[in-house]
This record gives sequence, C-alpha cells and structure tokens, in this order.
Amino acid sequence: MVLIYASSPEGQLKKTAFEAVTYGYKVAQSLGAEAVALTIGNVDNAGVLGQYGASKVINVPAGGFDSGVYANIIAQAAEKTGANVVVMADDSTGKSLLGRVAVRMDAGSVSGVKSLPDTANGFSVEKNVFSGKAIASYNISSANKVVSVTGNTFPPEVVGADVAVEDGGITAPESRITVKEVSTVKGTVPLPEAELVVSAGRGVKDPGNWGIIEELADILGATTACSRPVADVGWRPHHEHVGQTGVAIRPNLYIAIGISGAIQHLAGVNQSKTIVVINKDPEAPFFKAADYGIVGDLFEVVPRLTEAIKKHKG
Amino acid sequence: MKLLVCVSKTPDTTTKIAFTGDNTALDTQGVQYIMNPYDEWYALVRALELKEAAGGTVTIINVGAASNDTVIRKGLAIGADDAIRVDAEGGSAYFVAKQIAEQAKAGGYDMVFFGKETIDYNGSQIGSMVAEMLDMPFVSYATKMDVSGNTATISRDIEGGQEVVELSTPFALSAAKGLAEQRIPNMRGIMMAKRKPLNVVPAVAVDEKVSIVSYALPPAKSDCRYIDAESMDELVELLHSEAKVI
Ligand SMILES: Cc1cc2nc3c(=O)[nH]c(=O)nc-3n(C[C@H](O)[C@H](O)[C@H](O)COP(=O)(O)OP(=O)(O)OC[C@H]3O[C@@H](n4cnc5c(N)ncnc54)[C@H](O)[C@@H]3O)c2cc1C
Ligand SMILES: Nc1ncnc2c1ncn2[C@@H]1O[C@H](COP(=O)(O)O)[C@@H](O)[C@H]1O
Repeated sequence: MVLIYASSPEGQLKKTAFEAVTYGYKVAQSLGAEAVALTIGNVDNAGVLGQYGASKVINVPAGGFDSGVYANIIAQAAEKTGANVVVMADDSTGKSLLGRVAVRMDAGSVSGVKSLPDTANGFSVEKNVFSGKAIASYNISSANKVVSVTGNTFPPEVVGADVAVEDGGITAPESRITVKEVSTVKGTVPLPEAELVVSAGRGVKDPGNWGIIEELADILGATTACSRPVADVGWRPHHEHVGQTGVAIRPNLYIAIGISGAIQHLAGVNQSKTIVVINKDPEAPFFKAADYGIVGDLFEVVPRLTEAIKKHKG
Repeated sequence: MKLLVCVSKTPDTTTKIAFTGDNTALDTQGVQYIMNPYDEWYALVRALELKEAAGGTVTIINVGAASNDTVIRKGLAIGADDAIRVDAEGGSAYFVAKQIAEQAKAGGYDMVFFGKETIDYNGSQIGSMVAEMLDMPFVSYATKMDVSGNTATISRDIEGGQEVVELSTPFALSAAKGLAEQRIPNMRGIMMAKRKPLNVVPAVAVDEKVSIVSYALPPAKSDCRYIDAESMDELVELLHSEAKVI
C-alpha cells in the first residue's frame, strides 16, 4: 500500500497535492498496490483526489500546522492502512515533516525526488544535488520508505473519479505550537508553484521602473520574481527573491530581465524548463544557461515583448 | 538558556562538480569547503544574539572527520562558547541526525538550531529527524524569532508568504534568510577560538537505510538561440510552437 499525504494550505488542495497523488498512484501501480490519500484539517472537497488515482481518502481533523502532530497522524494512517511507502510534496510542509515521519516509521527517506522509483533491484530514486549541478541516485533498503516529490516534475493526471472521504478513526495528539497568523499573497500563484515566471534584477535600475515588468507578467499570467540585491534594497518583497538563498523554482518558463546570472542566482532557477534572457551585455553569464537570448536594452525589449504577447493572445 | 547549533561543512557554491570511482563518489580534488551558509549566517548568529540578550551558552556540534575542525573553529571564532565533534566519516541524514540527537539528549538544550538545508545535498531533513528523536516541536525555515522568557514567536517561510507561530522551549528550528545578519569573525575572536573547548566524541552505530549508489551530471544544455531585439513576434512564436510553454 502507498499512502500519500496531500497538503492543503489554508484548506485548499492545490497542484502540489495533485502532483503528489499522481506520483503516489504511479508508484502504487509499479508495486501492484493501492494508493490511499490522506488530508489533515478542514479541507474543501478532499474526494477530488480520487481523480488522480487515490482509491480512498482519509481526512483527519487537526488544528494549524505542527510537524509533530502531522507526522504522528501520517504514521498512524500508514499503520492503519498497512502502507510501507509514504509520499508527500517537497513543499514547506513536506520539508518540516519528511524526516519526522521517517523516524516514526523507522523508514529510509529521500527528499525532493525527481524520478519514479526503479524497483528492478531494490528501490532507487533520483534527486538533484549541488543545487542542480548533479543528479544522485539513492537506494532505500529499509522495508518502510518515505519520499517527497519535487514540484512541477510530475504533472497531475486525471485517471479516475471522486471517491469517498473517510475519517479513518485517527485522532490527532495535542499540539505544542500555536499558529497565530498565516499571510500569503492573494490573486497570484505563489512562486514555488508558478509555471510562468517573469523575473528582473538590478538592470531595472529603479523601483519606479518595475511597471514594465509587471505589465509583461500580467499579460502572460506569470508570477514576478527578482534577484537578491533587488530584494535586499527593498525594491521588491523578500518572498520574490529567487536563488540559492531565496526560493528555488522550476517553472516551465523563466524570463530573466536585467539579471547577470551569477551562480547563486542560477542555483535557484536552473531547473526551469525554458529560460529566456534579456540583457544588454552580450557577455552576461546568464546567456550560457539560456534557451533563448535577446541582447538589448530591457526598456525597449520588454514593452515590445509585451505587445507581441498581446497580439498572440488577442 | 542552553543553545545548540548544528553546523555542517559544504563545498562552496562555485565549486565545479566531478566524480570518481565510476561515478560513485564526489571528486574532492580542489574542492573549496565552507561552513554551510544557513548554519553560519543565520542559525549561529541568532543563537549568539539570544545569548547576548539573556545570557546562557552556545554550543556548536558537527558530525564529521577531523578535517572539519577548521569549520568548527570558525564557528567558535564567530562567538560560540564550545563545540562537539562527533567523529565520523559522514553517512546518511539519518546517521547524522542520530548522532546529534544522542549528544543533544545528554546536553538538555532549550533550543536546537539547524540551517534550512545544506547547500550540497539539499536534504532539508536532519532538523525534523532530530526534533522527532528528541520529541521536540520543530519550526522550519524561520525568518524571524522573538523570545520572551521561555516563549518564542517565530515567522517562517511558506508558499507565497509567511506563517507566525508561538511555542515554548525546548524546541528545534531551521534558519532561513532574515533570521539574523552574517557576522565576520574578528582577530580577537579568532585568537580566542584556539583556546575554546572542542570535544571529540565517538559516533554511535546506526543501521543505514539509505545510500547514494551513483552520480550523474545533468544533460548538457543546448546552446542559447539568439533572437533579434526587434523580433519579439518571433520569440513569442518559438515559445508557443517550439518550447510549448505559452
Ligand atoms: C553566498 C551568496 C548567496 C547568494 N544568493 C543569491 C540568491 O539567492 N539570489 C540572487 O539573485 N543572488 C544571490 N547572490 C548574489 C549574486 O552573487 C549576484 O550578486 C546577484 O544575483 C546579482 O544580481 P543582479 O543580476 O540583479 O545584478 P547585477 O549583477 O548588477 O546585474 C545586472 C545586469 O543587468 C544588465 N543590465 C543593466 N542595464 C540593463 C538594461 N538597460 N537592459 C538590459 N540589461 C541591463 C547588466 O548587463 C547586468 O548583467 C548571492 C551571493 C552570495 C555570495
Ligand atoms: N554533518 C553535520 N553535522 C552537524 N550538523 C549537520 C550536519 N549535516 C547537516 N547538519 C545540520 O542539518 C541542517 C540540515 O541539513 P540537511 O538535512 O542535510 O539539508 C544543516 O543546515 C545543519 O544545521
């Protein structure tokens, strides 16, 4: 049996949860097993996980996120369902939970996997290491296994219909953490989940010039991001900073405008499927990582690109 | 307050990555090592600030070989009081977590600090493993922490925003950008570090459950295709029909 913990930030199941269930369903298929999904807390419409391959959904009531409580619930659910493989997303909950669940279940664990397990001899999965500069193949030899799945790698696939949601007879232990406040940007897709990202750096020169970047993002339906110096001086909010010290992303399209392409910046974005670089300096290191490059002044190129996209969409 | 900070040693980001032994091991020739930035800049410094404000001790711990002592001494030079090195050649996240948990149990710490991840294997697992082994609450990716008495209010990074939580000691946390500002060790600190205690202790045995069997380099990136700055219609067409991303 494969158990998938589907995270539900602010009560909502999102793409990351559907990706985790899709992955877990595929693992279950390769092992000739069943996939059961688990949600924790008040969740809208948890039965929808059936569409991605869960044969049933267990929902356990609990308060705000507490890794100790959630890990306890996941381990209980694994025991009740007889699951020896647990799958979750490599999101902010997964990063707090994975190790705890592994310890509770006496399981081997690998975070941020990017391949389905190779079960030909044992159970091995691939993961990016050294900030995407290499890929390592990990073998898990214990009976119980816990993995978290890298975002935007296993697109959600609809294979079935909604299923019933059960309570599973599991009770949450008492929490030692009080969640006081959750504040997230509304109206745009958060960066780690975004498929289209428009990002800009010091080349934009002044926070007042950000309008052209936002217009391009708006017309594309993209999320905006920035390089570290831009966030450090407060031109853009901290949560938009991508790179080694910021958020790591892997969108389908990353448009880098007026960013030089320092290695620490690339570490957070080099997994993007397609990279477009707009820079006036033909020697900018970012061009080495680019799929499409435009050498030119961003103040001319960006508005032109916005117009071209408008025309394409209209 | 008794504070424990877990520090690791990682190759510098700019290191060229290569492998030996039929792609089963990292080629360490010419690799420049540093203290993991999240451990040094944020976890250690925030712990030192707490000590400066309210008294107590800051102990650093590393699981590794004697060659890690330079990194440990740097932590002492920045201001930690003493250090523990669990003598081991490395191992899985579980192995390292088990060693830290053994020492932490004996020390009775109020807070155990981690970095959000090591920049080499990007595991982000050890903090939550140790927290579970010690039965402590754990807050990951902390960007701000206020402490009053034995209660802490912590902001942490979540997708597209922040969450604010409150909890009491003892607990464990992992540090992300924002938690503190990097400190550069000064001459006095470096001199004092030489005389601070660095206790080397043996590792406890662990049954490994996970191992790396091989490495590979990512597929080579195809060359950049340049598009004339005047021809944005062409770029849009390529993004639509060739890259299929819009
Ligand atoms: C340990 C460490 C961690 C770091 N972590 C991160 C991180 O997570 N993320 C990050 O981004 N950085 C990080 N950095 C900083 C990084 O090294 C670079 O300094 C930074 O990414 C540079 O930002 P930038 O490209 O916006 O600015 P710059 O390097 O100043 O580049 C600006 C670019 O804009 C171009 N430009 C200027 N005017 C125009 C114009 N009119 N039209 C078109 N192009 C123009 C220039 O040619 C240049 O290439 C880190 C550094 C260290 C040491
Ligand atoms: N060998 C080690 N010794 C001590 N602490 C470590 C070691 N490796 C990792 N850590 C700590 O665990 C954190 C997370 O590491 P990881 O789970 O490997 O990403 C690091 O930021 C360190 O605080």
